[in-house]
Amino acid sequence: MLFRALADPTRRAILDELVARDDQTLFEICSRLAVNHDLTPTRQAVAQHLDVLEAAGLVHSRREGRYRYHTLDTSPLRAITDRWPPRAE
Amino acid sequence: MPHITVFSVFVDDQRAALAFYTDVLGFALKDDVPMGEHAWLTVVDPADPDGTQVSLEPAGHPAVAPFREALMADGIPFTSFGVDDLDAEVERLTAAGVVFTQPPTDFGPVRTAVLDDTCGNLIQLAQLTG
Repeated sequence: MLFRALADPTRRAILDELVARDDQTLFEICSRLAVNHDLTPTRQAVAQHLDVLEAAGLVHSRREGRYRYHTLDTSPLRAITDRWPPRAE
Repeated sequence: MPHITVFSVFVDDQRAALAFYTDVLGFALKDDVPMGEHAWLTVVDPADPDGTQVSLEPAGHPAVAPFREALMADGIPFTSFGVDDLDAEVERLTAAGVVFTQPPTDFGPVRTAVLDDTCGNLIQLAQLTG
């Protein structure tokens, strides 16, 4: 699940943009992809990418009032270095 | 050719919307013509009273609610207004209690922020910076 989520370049770009700040709407993520990555997938496609990232635990979404916000969670990435720890120099 | 004299924004409550668009955002009342339980209600830029009007339209049609809820959930602004100094405007409006779903952010040649108009819409403020 984690590796499949990371395997797609658009999903990696979404994660890049979510580093900038927490609590981004779908609209903001789409705007950032267009301007900063020259990526213009449909909003539905971005929503599906966010579903995959959320299933992998890399993104959390929450509803606040009438809006939905998305936030990055890098903690699942620790599984990678736990499994293949960097060697001491 | 036609001219852009008016554009419409659906609002939950026309009187509450008039208060927000005038007292908070700073537009000026233009027309307020009673039409049954609603009114033909428009506001203008006070610096350009004969310019394009924003009509605050009743949102009672059943198709309007799901449409606007879907836009809001995804953070999509219904329309956009221009500002000369975005950061100053966001600071002023935040102090007045306005909620922003997106803080000032640079997107190429524009710097934008997105606010909740308390009447069922997200509105983008945009400053040309490029």
